[in-house]
Amino acid sequence: MMSNDFIQLIVFFVVLFALAIPLGLYMAKVFQGEKTFLDPIMGPLEAFIYRICGIDAQKEMNWWEYALSLLAFSFVGLFTLFILQLGQGYLPLNPQGFGGLKWDLAWNTAVSFTTNTNWQAYGGESTMSYLSQMAGLTVHNFVSAAAGIAVVVALIRGLSRHQAKTIGNFWADLTRTILWILLPISLVGGMLLVSQGVIQNLSPYLTVKTLQGANQTLAMGPVASQEAIKMLGTNGGGFMNANSAHPFENPTPFSNLVEMLLLLLIPVGLTFSFGKMLKDAKQGKVIFGAMLILLVLTLGTTYSAEIAGNPLVSKIGITGSSVMEGKEVRFGVVNSALWATITTATSCGAVNAMHDSLTPLGGLSPMLQMMLGEVVFGGVGSGLYAMLLFVILTVFIIGLMVGRTPEYVGKKIESFEMKMAILAVLIPSACILLGSALAVLITAGTSSILNPGPHGLSEMLYAFSSATGNNGSAFAGLNVNTVFYNIILSVCMLIGRFSPIVLVLAIAGSMAGKKITPAGAGTFQTTGGLFSGLLAGVVLIVGALTFFPALALGPIVEHLLMLAGKAF
Amino acid sequence: MSTSSSFNRSILARAIKESFTKLNPRVLWTNPVMLVVEILAVLTTYFTLRDIALQSKTFGFDVQIAAWLWITVLFANFAEALAEGRGKAQADSLRKTRSETIAKKLVREKVENISASQLAKGDIVLVETGEMIPGDGEIIEGIASVDESAVTGESAPVIRESGGDRNAVTGGTRVLSDWIKVKITANPGETFLDRMISLVEGAKRRKTPNEIALTILLLGLTIVFLLAVATLEAYAIYSGATLSIPVLAALLVCLIPTTIGGLLSAIGIAGMDRLLKRNVLAMSGRAVEAAGDVGVLLLDKTGTITLGNRMATEFVPAPGVSPEKLADAAQLSSLADETPEGRSIVILAKEKFNLRERDITDLGANFVPFSAQTRMSGVDLQGREIRKGAMDTIEKYLREKGGEMAPEVKTAIEGIAKKGGTPLVVAEGNQALGVIYLKDVVKGGINERFSQLRRMGIATVMITGDNPLTAAAIAAEAGVDDFLAEATPEQKLKLIREYQAKGQLVAMTGDGTNDAPALAQSDVGVAMNSGTQAAKEAGNMVDLDSNPTKLIEIVEIGKQLLMTRGSLTTFSIANDIAKYFAIIPALFVVTYPELGVLNIMGLATPQSAILSAVIFNALIIVALVPLALRGIAYRPLGANVILRRNLLIYGLGGLIVPFIGIKLIDMLLVMLGLS
Repeated sequence: MMSNDFIQLIVFFVVLFALAIPLGLYMAKVFQGEKTFLDPIMGPLEAFIYRICGIDAQKEMNWWEYALSLLAFSFVGLFTLFILQLGQGYLPLNPQGFGGLKWDLAWNTAVSFTTNTNWQAYGGESTMSYLSQMAGLTVHNFVSAAAGIAVVVALIRGLSRHQAKTIGNFWADLTRTILWILLPISLVGGMLLVSQGVIQNLSPYLTVKTLQGANQTLAMGPVASQEAIKMLGTNGGGFMNANSAHPFENPTPFSNLVEMLLLLLIPVGLTFSFGKMLKDAKQGKVIFGAMLILLVLTLGTTYSAEIAGNPLVSKIGITGSSVMEGKEVRFGVVNSALWATITTATSCGAVNAMHDSLTPLGGLSPMLQMMLGEVVFGGVGSGLYAMLLFVILTVFIIGLMVGRTPEYVGKKIESFEMKMAILAVLIPSACILLGSALAVLITAGTSSILNPGPHGLSEMLYAFSSATGNNGSAFAGLNVNTVFYNIILSVCMLIGRFSPIVLVLAIAGSMAGKKITPAGAGTFQTTGGLFSGLLAGVVLIVGALTFFPALALGPIVEHLLMLAGKAF
Repeated sequence: MSTSSSFNRSILARAIKESFTKLNPRVLWTNPVMLVVEILAVLTTYFTLRDIALQSKTFGFDVQIAAWLWITVLFANFAEALAEGRGKAQADSLRKTRSETIAKKLVREKVENISASQLAKGDIVLVETGEMIPGDGEIIEGIASVDESAVTGESAPVIRESGGDRNAVTGGTRVLSDWIKVKITANPGETFLDRMISLVEGAKRRKTPNEIALTILLLGLTIVFLLAVATLEAYAIYSGATLSIPVLAALLVCLIPTTIGGLLSAIGIAGMDRLLKRNVLAMSGRAVEAAGDVGVLLLDKTGTITLGNRMATEFVPAPGVSPEKLADAAQLSSLADETPEGRSIVILAKEKFNLRERDITDLGANFVPFSAQTRMSGVDLQGREIRKGAMDTIEKYLREKGGEMAPEVKTAIEGIAKKGGTPLVVAEGNQALGVIYLKDVVKGGINERFSQLRRMGIATVMITGDNPLTAAAIAAEAGVDDFLAEATPEQKLKLIREYQAKGQLVAMTGDGTNDAPALAQSDVGVAMNSGTQAAKEAGNMVDLDSNPTKLIEIVEIGKQLLMTRGSLTTFSIANDIAKYFAIIPALFVVTYPELGVLNIMGLATPQSAILSAVIFNALIIVALVPLALRGIAYRPLGANVILRRNLLIYGLGGLIVPFIGIKLIDMLLVMLGLS
């Protein structure tokens, strides 16, 4: 069974890398406006969009123009989605006749999809009309993903330009990312999923008689079109409440494989785009290496914890299937562990198993990945730019040891960059810690906890980490559709998304203005295995040092208590 | 500089005293990490005293925590005070030399005695034998030997004269012989000596750019840990545990980067101090930091790469002329030539052909000195006319006399030039007798030094006024990476700008007024103390020994400073892992006994665990003071090798050392019954 698992894992990663590397090189071409095979189709479409929107795509922006454009775009989208949900009862494409959402839920959901979090305090099939799903949520799945990618592209430009004032044009980056990258891959992915039986229709829900003779309502809807971008854009918001554990969203092991591949495709590919755009492939590989090291560590922890299972269950005589609680029999342990790991490694948050049912340590590594700032490949774009913040920290701490002031790809790292990078790491951590601390202290927070003791604390930490990290996966076990959680988590999502974006763009702007010092024998090398290891180490140490006390009282003590025979 | 034990004792005593005066929050404000520790110490003291008043049971433990928090701050203050100590002691001795001087101010050719402190820029003073020069200035008339030991520590007198690049004098130095008229160039309080005092004393010390960036990082980490510890109280309440203020304060102090926070300014001051020990005065810490980043060294050929004087090494006679005849003529023409080159010709002739020196007056010879018009020198004696000079000058001279230079001579000249030598043609009448091969002698060991620099990633560029052919040959012999031949000050400036545009930091030395623009443009400009006032003001360092080779040492000190800073930062952060393993289980072992498995060091009790961590945290600061002051061991190697070494020592060491240290302190506490 174990060897079978390993073969599955190896096949998965081999296929993933074989697809992601060429995609990464292709994306670099798209970002740099070079010729690609899609130009004949997308070129006229792009020109058309610019014409009707009145955009001058050639006009270069400095960092704050770029940031303002992005913020304006996001907030217009946010309020549009908010209003759409409030008024969905009066709008077409609503065969089930759902009414408008309550304000706090509509707000939470609007924030959630704008910030690429896709935290779902609602049940999709019991709340949202087809119009809300398609014109609201799916659209945001595309644009929020594209916005994240645009930010990292701007940062890469900042790193590669020599004494420049500008970092590109936001509207052009956004449009090109959607047209050349997200749309075509979603189209192919959607087709593959339909072939596996993922549904795609606008029919009213079906009522069928079960074998026992009872009536069961089967939710319908345009699932496949949303499913592909949900994974590809590391959004993670399921059409159905059960997300990718639902057979209409994820029917077969093959669809499971396709969804997992879509999930990691762009985050992995971007590390190679990075190398290509810097004209130094090694710089991309070293970041890829660090992310891979972290992924292997967290995957190993979750997998081994899940295989070991719960000694309490084994003790009462149940063997073998003791670890299957909360998991889909279609996928088994390894695919659940892999999915749980990569969905939290990237900021996707789609699930194919109940994370609440993972063993304490099995649940620890997904949580830790979100706390680390979603840098283990991470969200599309956001993963790479967040990792580059850690690169800046690593270079600063370690780089001094070679006897030069710190520099990265020839750019000096000075107090401005340090300030921005530290804030970008500090603010999200503060959100998680302060948010959970507030929630455990007031009744509005604790009354939603279903499980007592350390598991309750884990659930709370998970929710705040997931919102702030813009992941969106839920541990469940926590009733989050309350005014308190809807509002506080929406604040976390907004801060967790936009504070790093603005700070990263500020770094991009300042880096662009600097000279590039040619590397020599005295330069701290940011390539090679040693740097990958150091980068992964700094990510782990910074994350561990920040969250160790909280984790010790949550999952760690829960694990120790489980070994001692206590469960929650 | 004195290193006697009484000197060290007085520094030590002063440092201990200052550790306490530096507790003033207004002083500590510049060091946010230590300010946080002090605030926590105050809080802990307050709660401990309150508990004592209320007869609580735990105060024995709390008192110890409070005491160690105060000790932590004191240790950090001590490190800084100790680093400042050397400089302050030296500033004191400098102040003594700046005793009140009477200046002889010249007003309309009349001497007026006024106090030196009343001199203003532009005044002209007369300084005679045995008198102290009252202020910085330029000699406008006269020549004198000056004792500059008050500034440079070098007791051998130096010659200062009007005109040229040796006209600058420094206030506080003494004229040993003759007299000079000096035009004062600095107002009182702004003199070199004043600046030197404030620099060595660190009075105007400002944080360098890299220190500021590092302080931001440390502040960020402090805030992160503040959040982690503050929110821990909330989680603890949820989990049904209670944590006292002293315990939380202890945890926070252990986690925030106190080690590097406490040593950071000491490292910076010690770096400046190491330069000072080598008689280099850095005008700002920024310059020392830039020295570590330097990618290109511009080195003047003369005095840095070569010994400075060209030496005659060979006589190449023209066809039909015997070597002895050439040597004899060369020697005769050089007898009155007191330049090192002239002397070397006389000596070579003596060594090779046993031609003894003759006295020029006995011979009744008429010496023709070198002049800008003729560009030749020589001798007229007994109807003989001997001349020596460069090829084109001599060729012209021969043509005027109706002679011609033999092609063999021309070939010899080209051969010498190609080898990097300077050919000097000797002619008598209308015939060229041959060529003297003057060779630039490259300093011993310099080649190795340059390849060392290359391994460190630093390129060397030789600057010379020689023609490209000669320059190329010397460059090849010395092993520099590049050279600038026939250099003018403008070209030098242009070259610096070119390197800077490519992103390189450039270091150079200079002493002349025409070096000033280039010194100002370079990132590290080292002015020679023997140089002009303009040069000294343009550069950001002054070498009191006026030794251009020192540029290499300056770069090494800059690198060592940055390495020490980085290594101790890494060490400090790596320490935290062990401290967590000491404190977290101790905090919650009552609520969750299962967390006891995290106590991998097997510390005796929760109290002893927390105390040991706090004590280790304080002691490690003092333990690292010598390292911070001395700087970490430096070897001129490539970045990768250095990184691996330092990572192993300070990264891995930083992980392991606290585990051992905390365990040992814990055992000691148990033995002493303090836990």
